[in-house]
Amino acid sequence: MIEITIGAISKPMEAKKIKTGDWGTEYPVVDIEKCSGCKSCEMFCPDLCVEVVKENRKKYAVFNYDYCKGCGVCAFVCPEDAIKMEMKEIYKLEVE
Amino acid sequence: MMKVVRGFYSVAHAVKTCKPNVISAYPITPQTEIVENLAAMYANGELENCVYITAESEFSAASILVGASAAGARTFTATCSQGLILMSEVLINAAGMRLPIVLVNTNRALSAPLSIWNDHQDSMFMRDAGIIQVYVENNQEAHDLIPQAYKIAENSKVLLPFMVCMDGFKLTHAYEPVNLHTQEMIDEFLPPYEPVAKLSVEKPLTFGAYAPPHIYMEFRVALQNAMERARKVIEDVFKEWAEFTKRDWSGHIAAENVDGAETAVVTMGSITSLVRDVIEELRKEGKKVGLIKLRTFRPFPNDEIKKALEDVNKVIVIERAVSFGNEGQVAIEIKNALYGGNNEIYSFAVGLGGRDVPRELIVKIIDNVMKGKVKQGFYFEGVHEFREVIP
Ligand code: SF4
Ligand code: SF4
Repeated sequence: MIEITIGAISKPMEAKKIKTGDWGTEYPVVDIEKCSGCKSCEMFCPDLCVEVVKENRKKYAVFNYDYCKGCGVCAFVCPEDAIKMEMKEIYKLEVE
Repeated sequence: MMKVVRGFYSVAHAVKTCKPNVISAYPITPQTEIVENLAAMYANGELENCVYITAESEFSAASILVGASAAGARTFTATCSQGLILMSEVLINAAGMRLPIVLVNTNRALSAPLSIWNDHQDSMFMRDAGIIQVYVENNQEAHDLIPQAYKIAENSKVLLPFMVCMDGFKLTHAYEPVNLHTQEMIDEFLPPYEPVAKLSVEKPLTFGAYAPPHIYMEFRVALQNAMERARKVIEDVFKEWAEFTKRDWSGHIAAENVDGAETAVVTMGSITSLVRDVIEELRKEGKKVGLIKLRTFRPFPNDEIKKALEDVNKVIVIERAVSFGNEGQVAIEIKNALYGGNNEIYSFAVGLGGRDVPRELIVKIIDNVMKGKVKQGFYFEGVHEFREVIP
């Protein structure tokens, strides 16, 4: 016997437990050298999973792959062309 | 208090007496004057403890009500046609979140081609959404259904959106004498809404959270269970209303003269009055024909239909909609309810996009079926002969 709540009502942030990052086909990779830390990707990411961090006076984008859906918006908006979308290994399988 | 009013006002006045907390709407013919009347009442200070929010689309209006209802407000909107379809994405969520939003759909055709006139294609499109649907025959019935709708939708056994379906123009724009509710009367009939869970700043909640495959299905079964429980609640509230006001609109269906009838006609909405009139005449001529006025369409009253029509040889469904690629939705449902029986079922789609349905057409349909001039099947009636050409 399991319990479900009426109307799928839950405590806030419960959905955070569900890692949706594996839904995507591609994932973003940043070229730290090219990244200027402008935060465009952070602002445009529809899933709030880019954060621009500062390390040794160098700012660059870091992705949270637990929730990234692989939409490629960050790569599209990056003015420095610093983000590349890479295919996940499991989708590289080719059958002859 | 008996007054001659238009359909719009009969709805707006009834909504006012139900003391809604949030009304949000976007104008669309032939619904607009319902919310215009409410806006005027709001501006005149007749709606206490209420906010009226004009939205930039039906999608937004429905979204505003989802938020408001989740926060524990009694809510209202009205729409139809493309407006209802635009709301559909949100309303389906409202059903899943079990929010008792009450809306009036002033039944109007769907585009394309553009038509502002009446048929039932819009609400039929919402058939499978988890929203209660009840159709009315006249403006008094619409007026009476509003407080009942809140009482049913807000019942803790139900908690589902409720759509009152009234024919656009045919009812909305028509002047009819309506016995208007007094505030005292509705205060006595309808208790304030007590939400089972509500959003608040102190206690934030997520509504309609994400459900992966291992848990999703249970929520949808729960929605079906709520619909099943609604059957009894609807019936009880209908009965309570009948006793309370001495206006008895009957139950999920109103079966008239079907005992011993050889033929029965099933109708929904305002066309029922015309069909009843024709049937009364035919009965005077000694023809054994009865009428089923279908009131509740969701949840569908399968048992009531089966019981009423079991011994009726020929069943004629006359409806204002069609499921393209099959036949009229009401006929599909009636066939499902009568499955395994011996009834012959004849289904007719009429009056799409406001096409006039004259008395003679109804007479012809019934006459042809009774005389065995048509085979069982699905037919459009009142259509000109046409061919498609390339311009
Ligand atoms: S791919 Fe899409 S979801 Fe992932 S980080 Fe970029 S913008 Fe965000
Ligand atoms: S948009 Fe490009 S340059 Fe700007 S922070 Fe993101 S990765 Fe760096």
